[in-house]
Amino acid sequence: MTVLLFLEQMLNGLQLGVTLFLLAAGLTLVFGIMNMVNLAHGSLYMMGAYLCATFAQWSGNFFLAVLLALPVVALIGLAVEIVALRTLYARDHLDQVLATFGLILFFNELVKIVWGPVAIFMDIPPLLAGRVEFIPGAPYPVYRLAVLAVGLAVAAFLWWLITRTRLGMLIRAGAANREMVGALGVDIRLLFTLVFGLGAALAGLAGMIAGPLYVVEIGMGDAILIKTFVVIVIGGIGSIRGAFVAALIVGMVDTFGRVLPSAAGLPAALAEMMTYILMAAILFWKPRGLFPVMG
Amino acid sequence: MAALDRRHVFVVTLLALFALLPIAAQLADQPFYIGQFRRILIFAIAAISLDLILGYGGMVSLGHAAFFGIGAYVVGILNHHAAEETLFLGLLPGSRNVLITWPLAMLVAAASAGLIGLVSLRTSGIYFIMITLAFAQMVYFFFVSLSAYGGDDGLRFPGDTVIAGLIDTQDDIAFYYAVFAVLAGVLYLCQRMIESRFGLVIQGCRENERRMQAIGFPTFRYRLACFTIAGGIAGLAGALFAAHESYISPSIMHWTRSGDLIVMVVMGGMGSLIGPVVGATVFLLMEKLLPDYTEHWPVVFGPVLLLIVLFAKRGIFGWLRPREHRRAAP
Amino acid sequence: MQRPDALLEVHGLTKRFGGIVASDELSLAVPEGEIHAVIGPNGAGKTTLIAQLAGEIRPDAGTIRFAGADLTHLPMAARARRGLARSFQITSIFRGFTALDNVAMAIQAHDGHSFRFWARARSDPRLREPARAILAEVGLDGRADMIAANLSHGEQRQLEIAMALATRPRLLLLDEPMAGMGREESARMVELLRRLKGRETILIIEHDMDVVFALADRITVLVYGRAIATGRPDEIRANAEVRQAYLGEDDHA
Repeated sequence: MTVLLFLEQMLNGLQLGVTLFLLAAGLTLVFGIMNMVNLAHGSLYMMGAYLCATFAQWSGNFFLAVLLALPVVALIGLAVEIVALRTLYARDHLDQVLATFGLILFFNELVKIVWGPVAIFMDIPPLLAGRVEFIPGAPYPVYRLAVLAVGLAVAAFLWWLITRTRLGMLIRAGAANREMVGALGVDIRLLFTLVFGLGAALAGLAGMIAGPLYVVEIGMGDAILIKTFVVIVIGGIGSIRGAFVAALIVGMVDTFGRVLPSAAGLPAALAEMMTYILMAAILFWKPRGLFPVMG
Repeated sequence: MAALDRRHVFVVTLLALFALLPIAAQLADQPFYIGQFRRILIFAIAAISLDLILGYGGMVSLGHAAFFGIGAYVVGILNHHAAEETLFLGLLPGSRNVLITWPLAMLVAAASAGLIGLVSLRTSGIYFIMITLAFAQMVYFFFVSLSAYGGDDGLRFPGDTVIAGLIDTQDDIAFYYAVFAVLAGVLYLCQRMIESRFGLVIQGCRENERRMQAIGFPTFRYRLACFTIAGGIAGLAGALFAAHESYISPSIMHWTRSGDLIVMVVMGGMGSLIGPVVGATVFLLMEKLLPDYTEHWPVVFGPVLLLIVLFAKRGIFGWLRPREHRRAAP
Repeated sequence: MQRPDALLEVHGLTKRFGGIVASDELSLAVPEGEIHAVIGPNGAGKTTLIAQLAGEIRPDAGTIRFAGADLTHLPMAARARRGLARSFQITSIFRGFTALDNVAMAIQAHDGHSFRFWARARSDPRLREPARAILAEVGLDGRADMIAANLSHGEQRQLEIAMALATRPRLLLLDEPMAGMGREESARMVELLRRLKGRETILIIEHDMDVVFALADRITVLVYGRAIATGRPDEIRANAEVRQAYLGEDDHA
């Protein structure tokens, strides 16, 4: 593998990593603070992609579409939280698995009814089309760089939110000890709803910016959801920092796992396995992930 | 105790209905139903095996379809090599003899479950759910990558498996009764196991694992054994399924299949052995019949599932249980 | 203080949680047949001590010797099999099982391995008969077939003691057996403990000073994880340091 190809793949890995981080950030908080399994997080990713694709068709402007779709996904997330999930916090994990599995069925079929079974291909917005010679000799797609930038910007924003604001302090406290936050006199319901809305918006955003890169299709959320789970588990449930580090690791492993085996003549599906082997190895030594949140 | 009798009547009636089904289907000139219900019985076995860990052991595994798939692939691969007269890995000949292929399928599935359990059972709660899911994905992609056996597209193999020189799986009715016999055997053996010392230990771990350790049980090895046994039975169900379809593909171990199995167990009533049988029957009939009314039935079924979870957790069989036998709320 | 023939010998036990020292160079010895009470204000590290003895928490330093063997690095279940039985501060039973099942489970834990898949455990006299006897001993014979979750709080605490007894322990670790009990229930529990006195070796944590001084052969006083005094009840009552640190500031009974 040449150095140029290596650098290019590294950027691809980073870009996949930050996309995973967008999904993982919200979900790890839901898992950590609410001790809740939510399988339907990938559905919000899918809804984000579909809404954005539709708004882009209507308005002809990708950026406007993102601005329109973001609050809608957040609202869908809030609705799901209030209608379905709120009653499930106190239930056991099995109930949560089943109920959110039901939500996946619902959302996948809903999309089929509204948008039909055919996949949608989104265009890369003209402003971000083309390539730049970011690395001399290896022109790199501008749009992918933009995705990378958005992901890093969100990471920075979350870092600020979590470490520098009162809301962030409550979130951190909630991840470590739920009862304590309640004892502080904070409306824990409202905190949960806010966190869930934020997570929904981030998942939707991930879907929106992934739209032009991949295909907008039914079930697109399920595949990436499981990778997101891997990220969260490797990073340590409830840890944003862990999610960030693990997202980059998984992004890299997945990307290089795709390139290297095919170079060596091995089947491509091994790439998919690599991520899980990595996870098994990490959990064998650290059953609570790389950055365990003290409970 | 009247309610207890009601349960026994229910179990006997259900099994009798299954036993009479091929005759009824023949009389009604609807032989199509024989295959349909054979499929149901096979999934019932898989659901029972999941219930051992889910309902009795309290381990929420979201990767159980992997063991089902492994069992199916063992049978499929051996049949494939037997038909092609080639060697597996250049070493082992294939086989169509179910006295070889089915036990082997169980064994390989159980061994895989043992290995996966060894890592997974070190964790608990959400981690356990996520890890079983991730391992199942790993197995899924492993079979996707096996291009020699069809990769993503799966593998069709000649389905003339002969059971011990007596029963031909091509013979619809004979094969149905073979599956029925396996189901009955699994039900009986599991019932004995659940009431045995081992079974009580597993249920004790569900109720209060910390307490189990405090009174002196090294709980890990018992839970691992239970996980392994459940994997083996799921593998057996997978073996039957491969023979039933004469076709294997990675899609039978897609993670949503694991989700379906959980739905079957809970819908029927977990923590009972007949519950998963009921659940598998209802779920698969629904999956078959509802699309006749609307192809968009999941849009209804999804929220219904949510409602079941919120309001009817005991499942169908649970309604038949006397109150004092229900699990107390935690 | 250390007696060579002590059943339980704890030496230099230290456990820190972040900046908090829960056990600070803690040493104590419990000879066979003694009821040894551990008292101290809230946060003195009493439950942490029990958790370390039972094997739930690993100490940072120090050793735990039991019946002549070093237990410090053994897991919980292995300690239980060697004869350490524990009751929890917050009731810990098998709520969905009957009272009899609860006790039979504890008997089963000490009746060989449980990789037995065939014989029905609920009709095994080797488990059921001793379990019934122990239920009768703690006064729950009328409750054998009730689901444990439906027992009263006091009965659940009695059941917990029954489970501990069913493991035929050499040492009982009782963490506030009377926590949350009403007056009548407490009296019944004290009566039960009195019957065990002299027969069982017990290390007990208890807040009720009347009970402690009535039952205990010896008392250890913990303050901030340190054992500031150990002695007979009259010695502890007379100890100036104890009075100041603990009894004096809060002479609740």
